[in-house]
Amino acid sequence: MIRDTTLGSKLWAAAIWFLVGFFVINLFAMIATVVTSSFATRWLGTWLPVGFTTRWYSSAWSEFQLWDVLIVTFQVIAAVVFVSGALGVTAAYALARRDFAGKRLLVLLFLLPLMIPPITFGIPLATVLYQTGLAGTFWGVVAANLVPTVPFVILVMIPFIEQIDPKIEAAARVFGANTFKLFVHVLLPLLLPGILAALLLVLVRTIAMFELTFLVAGPTSQTLVVALYYAVFAAGVRAVQSIDAMAVIYMVTTLVWLIIALRFVNPTQIVTRAKQQPAH
Amino acid sequence: MTIALSQFDEVRLDHVSRDFGALNALRDVSLTIRRREFIALLGPSGCGKSTTLNCIAGLLPVTGGAIWLDKSRVDTLRPEERGFGMVFQNYALFPHLNVRQNIGFGLKMRGRPKAEIDRKVDEALSLVRLQGQENKLPGQLSGGQQQRVAIARAIVIEPPLVLMDEPLSNLDAKLRLEMRAEIRRIHNELGATTIYVTHDQDEALSLADRIVVLRDGVVRQVGTPKELYEAPSHLDVADFMGFRNKLKGKVAGTDNGRAVLDVEGARISGVARESLSAGSAAYAAIRPDDLMVGEAGPNAIAATVDTIEYRGREFVGTAHSAGGLDFVFRSHQPVEPGSHVHLRADDQRVLVFAEPIQGRQ
Amino acid sequence: MDALAPTAPVEHGPSLRQRLAARGFDAVTLLVIPAAIFSLLLFVYPFAFGFILSFEPKAGGDWLANYKRFFSDPFLYDTIGNTLRLAIPVTLLNLVLAVPIAFRVRLMRRQRLLTTILVLPITLGTVLVAEGLLNYLGPQGWFNRTLMTFGLISQPLKLVHNYWGVFASLVITGFPFTFLLTLSYVTGIDPALEQAAATLGASAWQRFRHVYLPLLMPGFAITFCLSFVQAFSVFPSAVLLGEPAGITRVISIAAATAAFEEYDYSMASSIAMIMGFVQLAIVVAVLASRGLFYRGPASGAKG
Repeated sequence: MIRDTTLGSKLWAAAIWFLVGFFVINLFAMIATVVTSSFATRWLGTWLPVGFTTRWYSSAWSEFQLWDVLIVTFQVIAAVVFVSGALGVTAAYALARRDFAGKRLLVLLFLLPLMIPPITFGIPLATVLYQTGLAGTFWGVVAANLVPTVPFVILVMIPFIEQIDPKIEAAARVFGANTFKLFVHVLLPLLLPGILAALLLVLVRTIAMFELTFLVAGPTSQTLVVALYYAVFAAGVRAVQSIDAMAVIYMVTTLVWLIIALRFVNPTQIVTRAKQQPAH
Repeated sequence: MTIALSQFDEVRLDHVSRDFGALNALRDVSLTIRRREFIALLGPSGCGKSTTLNCIAGLLPVTGGAIWLDKSRVDTLRPEERGFGMVFQNYALFPHLNVRQNIGFGLKMRGRPKAEIDRKVDEALSLVRLQGQENKLPGQLSGGQQQRVAIARAIVIEPPLVLMDEPLSNLDAKLRLEMRAEIRRIHNELGATTIYVTHDQDEALSLADRIVVLRDGVVRQVGTPKELYEAPSHLDVADFMGFRNKLKGKVAGTDNGRAVLDVEGARISGVARESLSAGSAAYAAIRPDDLMVGEAGPNAIAATVDTIEYRGREFVGTAHSAGGLDFVFRSHQPVEPGSHVHLRADDQRVLVFAEPIQGRQ
Repeated sequence: MDALAPTAPVEHGPSLRQRLAARGFDAVTLLVIPAAIFSLLLFVYPFAFGFILSFEPKAGGDWLANYKRFFSDPFLYDTIGNTLRLAIPVTLLNLVLAVPIAFRVRLMRRQRLLTTILVLPITLGTVLVAEGLLNYLGPQGWFNRTLMTFGLISQPLKLVHNYWGVFASLVITGFPFTFLLTLSYVTGIDPALEQAAATLGASAWQRFRHVYLPLLMPGFAITFCLSFVQAFSVFPSAVLLGEPAGITRVISIAAATAAFEEYDYSMASSIAMIMGFVQLAIVVAVLASRGLFYRGPASGAKG
């Protein structure tokens, strides 16, 4: 690490920190606006609202049927987390431990849904799901959300599995463990931290996954983020504060899981999927 | 000592081969290991010694031949069905299990009652002198302690055969000597049968009852340490056994198990280790210990000193001849680099080998 | 040792299982099959299906009718330009900001707090950011109020329901993404290389120009591609914060409209294919230019 102490470099550093500060302040001010508004009685043309109330939460709760929406949201998330864990960890294990013809192609296939934005592949996917009648149903929403999460789990888990010495598995075999015992007594305990991290990241991403859910959800299979979109889209029908109350509920749901996730993962992992992305 | 190793008479490798694609890692290896023997598989890296061990352990399937434990064929069994103990190169301790759990792993897999596991693990702990460390995780142990856990884990299941894959290669020099003695002690106390893979001939010579020298996947020589040290059967084995001077010459004559070579005009006489015919190319192999600075005369060759190092009791130097041969020699007196000397070999200790056939073997 | 009971000798020579195992196909490899089938069914098949469907126009006509319609109707083909006018400046701005900041943050000891803050907008998602910016950047919002208080402006700036609202939302969600990717590349470079350059007399700028930049170029190219592709697929904020019938009518709006308002899945698929094609074209162009730069490990001897 080399630090310059010339005036020019100090000015340069100051300019950079100013930019960072400007960004962070605006970010927090934006979030604070939503929170303040959700508690505001009347807020027009002033710095702060006239008064504060919590009644928008109860009205949002009933107007937007948030209880139902939340239940659907958590059911979708639970299903997505479970299925992507089961499919992703097994596939990652095979990809980490074996070299076989077509492996690079397969890795590329798993990389694509992470590189291509959901809206691009979501429209053809939604078309297929509408044709098969799955769209609008609970499982349709789950299936659509799995498209990026299964590859995500695979790519997070591959480096994690690779760093476990295969000799440890060989040792377990030599000392009498069959495949099942090897999994229960050796692999699962060693992989658990990685699985936990991957699945928490899946959870956080699924709560915020708007596009795919939007494209395939029906009235009874909407998740919270889609319900919020429709509420903002139809702004004017409901009070702004009511929408903001819903936005706060959404934020709290997301942030609780984010905080839990951050206990186990590095924040950069939310963006850079795997330590080393395979060359492509 | 109640750790009782399963009884058997011999382990037999019967024409075992192992291919990796087109590469023959192991070619037609046949070997019989008797009960209570300590066998060292010795060779340079890539010679197939670890492949042999992994085939015996079941971690690599053999592609030809068979492995027998007395009358039972074992090469078709999965590793977990063979019941051998193994000490891995990097120990391969389970990082999430403590010392006690690591050692007891094999017994637990066999579904033994907890009381029995506890008793046997305690015995193993005392055998490898690790009492008091049983609740630590492998990451909290020193290299030597991890090594002891790996050994305890391998012997506590009372295996007919203990396999060790370069177990000392990750330890520093002092600890290596200490653990070498430990391994031999444990082997003797248990009356175990051990196959020990190493690339270090010192280790093999000091530990083993018999040494198997492998090269390019082929057994080159099997013998006791004394046989290998004194009478290597091929030039490459001799090279591995410390015959650092290999002087190429022409066979001038053979007589009754001895041969005389013409090396750059000098006459070098030694013990013929292979059949030689007069006029053919051959090598005289000499240990640095047996090549001394001395008088001109029989069994001496003229050379120019390149470097000289003080080694306490004596000097060790390098030199070259006018014809471009390189030497490593010994001297009681200091000699100046650049000086001309005569290097004299003990004719009872010079071995003469035929020129190796180019390519394989 | 009952496990060692004699077994019937098998004939010599590798069995089929052994030959497959030698090529890497064994029981462990089979574990990849469920995920592969899943990916074929829900990713490859829909893409192929959409591709074929795009050549089967709903209203009949020849097989290229959808594409002909798209490129003859300004209301449709303008969406490409609209999207590029947003995505390219935003991506460039994000990258230009991210690089110097990443170099500065690399020296920080407590990076985690900053990275946690920056992960917030990504986690909250575009819909919430859109809702927040609607209030915050609105004529009565705190942003305009602050500028007016400082006397920088006399009239509130119009920042929502136009180009700049979408632009701001793409910076808020896109910058952290670009930054964290850049940071992971920048921290991946062995600091000894910079120290070596400094001992050889390179100034800070020279060290960046001649050591870091060549090593980081591939990483920057990938960061640009991923950030661009994200920005190009802008959707909810273009609807909520922009002018979805005008300047911010982006290509995903056109696709969603075709699918969910006109129920013309064939047309929607065509637009999605065009969207994918434009993204691919830019990515290929950027990655092809990567060939001009150093390619190989960025960490020196450690590999």
